[in-house]
Amino acid sequence: MKAAPFDYVLAQNLAHALDKLSESGGDAKLIAGGQSLVPMMAMRLARPALLIDINRLDELKDIEIQATHVKLGAGVRQRDLEFHPQLHSHLPLVGKGMQWVGHEQTRNRGSVGGSLVHADPSAELALAALVLEAGFTLESKSDGRRHLKANEFFLGPMFTAVSDTEALTQIDWPVWQGSHVGTSFEETAIRKGDFAMASAACQIQTHEDGRVRRISFGIGGVDGTPLVFPELAKSLEGQVLSPESALHVAHVAAQSSQPGSDMHATAAYRKHLAEVLLSRALQSAYAEACANTHSSNIT
Amino acid sequence: MTASNTLLKSIQIQVNGTHQHRLVEPRTSLVDFIRDELGLTGTHVGCEHGVCGACTVLLNDEPVRSCCMFAVQADEMRVTTVEGLAPERGVMTKIQDAFCEKHALQCGYCTPGMLIACHALVADNPHPTEDQVRDAISSNICRCTGYQQIVDAVMYATQAEGK
Amino acid sequence: MSKSPFRFIGKHRRALEHKRFVLGQGHFAADIQLQGMLHIALVASPYASAKIKSIDVSQALAMPGVHAVLTGEELRQNTEAMLPGVDAPQVTRYPMAFDVTRYAGEWVAAVVADTRALAEDAAELVMVDYEPLPAVIDPQEALLPNATLVHPAHGSNVIFHRHFVWGPVDQDFAQCDHQLSYRVSWARNATVPIETFAVACQWNDSTGILDVWASIQMPKFPDQMAKALRLSGNAVRVHFDVDVGGSYGVKRGLKHSVLVGYLAKKLGRPVRLVEDRLENMRGGDMQGPDRIFDVTLGFQNNGEIKSMRMKAVDDIGAYSGRSPLQLGKPVGAIVGPYKINSVSYDAMAVMTHKTPQEAVRGFGQAPTNYAIETGIDKVARFLKLDRIALRRLNMIGKDEFPYLIPSGTSYDSGDYDTVMTKALNAASYEELLKERDALRESGQLAGIGISTCLEPSGGNSSFEPLFNPKNETTTWMDSCLVRVDLSGSVTALMGTSTSGQAHETMVSTVVGEILHREPDSIRVLHADSLNALPSNSPVGSRMAIMLGGAAAGAAKKIKNKLLQIAAHNLGVALEQLDYEGGHVQVKNEPEKKLSWDALVEIAHRKFHKLPQGMEPGLQEKFVWEVPTGGMLPTEDGRVQMYPCHSFESHVVLVSIDPGTCKVTVRKYVCGHDCGVMISPDVVHGMTYGGIAHGLGAALMEKFAFSPEGQLLAGTLMDYLLPSSAEVPAITIVDHCTPSPLTEFGQKGSGEAGYLGSPAVIASAVNDALSTQGAKIDHLPMTPQAIWTALNDAKSPA
Repeated sequence: MKAAPFDYVLAQNLAHALDKLSESGGDAKLIAGGQSLVPMMAMRLARPALLIDINRLDELKDIEIQATHVKLGAGVRQRDLEFHPQLHSHLPLVGKGMQWVGHEQTRNRGSVGGSLVHADPSAELALAALVLEAGFTLESKSDGRRHLKANEFFLGPMFTAVSDTEALTQIDWPVWQGSHVGTSFEETAIRKGDFAMASAACQIQTHEDGRVRRISFGIGGVDGTPLVFPELAKSLEGQVLSPESALHVAHVAAQSSQPGSDMHATAAYRKHLAEVLLSRALQSAYAEACANTHSSNIT
Repeated sequence: MTASNTLLKSIQIQVNGTHQHRLVEPRTSLVDFIRDELGLTGTHVGCEHGVCGACTVLLNDEPVRSCCMFAVQADEMRVTTVEGLAPERGVMTKIQDAFCEKHALQCGYCTPGMLIACHALVADNPHPTEDQVRDAISSNICRCTGYQQIVDAVMYATQAEGK
Repeated sequence: MSKSPFRFIGKHRRALEHKRFVLGQGHFAADIQLQGMLHIALVASPYASAKIKSIDVSQALAMPGVHAVLTGEELRQNTEAMLPGVDAPQVTRYPMAFDVTRYAGEWVAAVVADTRALAEDAAELVMVDYEPLPAVIDPQEALLPNATLVHPAHGSNVIFHRHFVWGPVDQDFAQCDHQLSYRVSWARNATVPIETFAVACQWNDSTGILDVWASIQMPKFPDQMAKALRLSGNAVRVHFDVDVGGSYGVKRGLKHSVLVGYLAKKLGRPVRLVEDRLENMRGGDMQGPDRIFDVTLGFQNNGEIKSMRMKAVDDIGAYSGRSPLQLGKPVGAIVGPYKINSVSYDAMAVMTHKTPQEAVRGFGQAPTNYAIETGIDKVARFLKLDRIALRRLNMIGKDEFPYLIPSGTSYDSGDYDTVMTKALNAASYEELLKERDALRESGQLAGIGISTCLEPSGGNSSFEPLFNPKNETTTWMDSCLVRVDLSGSVTALMGTSTSGQAHETMVSTVVGEILHREPDSIRVLHADSLNALPSNSPVGSRMAIMLGGAAAGAAKKIKNKLLQIAAHNLGVALEQLDYEGGHVQVKNEPEKKLSWDALVEIAHRKFHKLPQGMEPGLQEKFVWEVPTGGMLPTEDGRVQMYPCHSFESHVVLVSIDPGTCKVTVRKYVCGHDCGVMISPDVVHGMTYGGIAHGLGAALMEKFAFSPEGQLLAGTLMDYLLPSSAEVPAITIVDHCTPSPLTEFGQKGSGEAGYLGSPAVIASAVNDALSTQGAKIDHLPMTPQAIWTALNDAKSPA
């Protein structure tokens, strides 16, 4: 399983990388950690003529913590995010999701941007990005910068809005300020570290009296992209989240998905699993929100 | 495609403390570079798609899968392979010794990667719990041992007094 | 605590082999660098069944760095076919297909180039024109009258079928209060070593020798290579000192080796093939039993099981090596540990357009144990009897050995009840029940599993003549040569490969035990096939018995010679001598003695002091036929299969998440009896490993195929190997019923754990599911499969 031949260039800076990309059109690929790309190249499923290595660009590795947003450079290593001292205070959902992402050895190389651009329907960061309505900054030599919302970024399985000549440079993650924020990230795979057969993520903020103030949730691995449910979420605002409503919402959400079948899980089982995980995630996040009297994000 | 040798890249990697300056094809994986170019056959190939962990090495002191990297990506970095764990000839690390004492290997094929993962764990966490050991080796697959004696070995190495 | 009768046997000891592995100095087949070596990449058919209309290799050959492109036609003309282990001479196999391909992944062309990468580049340019043909994938369909034939010349998709009747089956059933029928399915899985198969060959024109370095674990490998390559037996030199990175049965790369040997000779340069993981999974021909059992048990109200009818259909894939024989080995333990009076066994091996099957750890015993144990639990449930009590009632008692089972094998020794009791005690069974109930209270599904399984050992392949009367092979030997050199150092020579079983350690322990010399000072080497004594390789849990026995035999001859030299020089009869630590002394006369060094000197240098007619030097060989071996089966298919019978009893606690249906193994205890353990650390290690294999087979491993015959589990992302997160902590408790047939009472143990683990996990899962009126009788028991089982119980079809 040796990759097909290719040329390689180490990008000196972002402009250099974008320049090379624009020169090569569809024949080039950016490589950061390569944890998804290199195995695909070994299997000759990916055969770029040119690899542009952006893994050493400090300008893509900034982590900027603000009161309302966390800005992550696309080149931030998963490991560096995982151990960032303010991850759990500002982006608790991402913090929980990170523990499911691959293995330590892959997180030592893999980048946040790399995972997002790879866009596996069961990827944890993709699900978290959609649930939190993260913003994506893309940049190309010819068209400069553009900003997309998460639901504009993910288009299908392994397929995003990033064009052949664009690089994902930054992802902005909204921070939910105030107290009574709770999160949950549930996932089931046959083995630890495997791709999830289905996953569910939820972030909730409650009022003092336990009524839902704000809520966002989604399920992964059960459609072409992770799915989020803003309308369903809205329907839960202003009330207490009972186990019955959690079950009901989870059922409706799961039923709307269109999972595929493979040797590990049929579509029917995936739907069932998504429903089970989402109802657990909703209840777990809710319980945490009710109990969490701290204001979790102090800049 | 033009012949590959017109695309050779010059890399400098420090491997087990020795500076290596070589020309490589970009498509040469780090594990193939280590084994074929440098002749360090202690690191093994098991799957070439990032699952089994037999190819694990330390890259700037962190465990990575060397089949999931091209050698060119490791330019100017430090690599430690199993051959570089022992401080000198005739001496083993505590963990290597513990592997022998506790029968933590059989065919020896996953062992180099397993040792790297265990050394990385203990460097960071000198007194791990059994659960932490299991967690640290969970991306290194072994088909011989069922993992029990590997866990026993790391516990033995990290609990033994005065060694 | 009683004092051990042994000085070295049974003690903790660091394996000799470990040092090189922990230092990264292993010597695996892919580590071998030969001057001018060339590399192979393979072109494989993408179709389950197809006609090869043409192969155009011109573009591939034209690539710089490419030396040859070989197709199946050339091999067919220049090599001998590899034949099945059963009588089916029309089911021939060559390393590569010609004319037709019979499974997706079958090798069609081999590209030889300066590097593996270049070979892969060129392989993409080999143009094969295929005409897809109808394919038969489902074994039940393969049995239908108008089924497409995988090998038309054979006339049927059934490569082997025999119906055995041992004892008065019909009569026994007529007298039974009840009978219960069930089906279990064992999914295709294999041991999937982390090292793929690798082989390098080098032909030397001037000596006419083909040197072979391979990751091999296979009986009669050099002989079969020579035959296939049309070379004389002494023209092939297999280097058994190559470290093999795990095998557990599967490393039978004969087709790989014939291919590489042929190319090495043709090109006059060393050639190497290292399977990549894709080639290995799909085209390496190393998948395992794929078996459906239909079983009927006849039993009384009190639980006594009198008779069993078992039908086993195994899908061996598109070609046959020894795979159908995996239906034969279990004949030697067909009743498990139970006193079942009569058995009928209908064994059928069927071919389909799938990757061929190969030997897997246990050679068919693990699936058979799963089938038997499932039945025991079902009988218990049916009669509302405790599963443990039912087993106790039916088990062969410790005073009933040797015990002759209906199919002709005599179990040498055992104490099954004690092993099971030890396991239950180690698991704190009463506490385990409480823990199970507490888990159930908390909303989990939870179950306890019990299994009590035979591990036949000693590797006597009497299933060969049993399944193929034309094959009258009854010799199943192993050998050892022991030398003491001029300086008094001891060296032992073994004649086969090792894949993690620490044979060097075992042999040095045995030789040290006999000669009273420190085992760490004894060097054990692997001979090559030209200077080795005969061996049948590590299969069937045989090496502790056979190699251990041969090493002991050779060492005893050395010891005896030393005693004779001493008797001669001290002027006394042999009976008056004591041998201690390698020195010999006249009993009660400490000043009349000869030291080890003195004896060695006489043997090597002082011919004038040797007894008349004695050979100089100290070197002895021992070639040993398997105990109880050497007999052909009877007309009705009864035969002594393996000589020694180890035994294991597993106890586990599992929980199942009622929502996700994922199984967690919470407690795992294995009671194990393999007689006297020569190297306890080694035995325990292999038992832990076998349990992990079994857990994988039970919960997650499957070579799944699409209805069109495409392998779906073609990478390690889909063929799931358990990690340390899935395999729980395991407790082993030992028991020892020595074998009367061996030197130290040792039995074999290489397949331990795997033979009882799938059965126990299935037992536990079914105990858990029974609370919901559900059951699952097929493996692997994935979350998907369990969810389906629970749904089926809620709304029965």
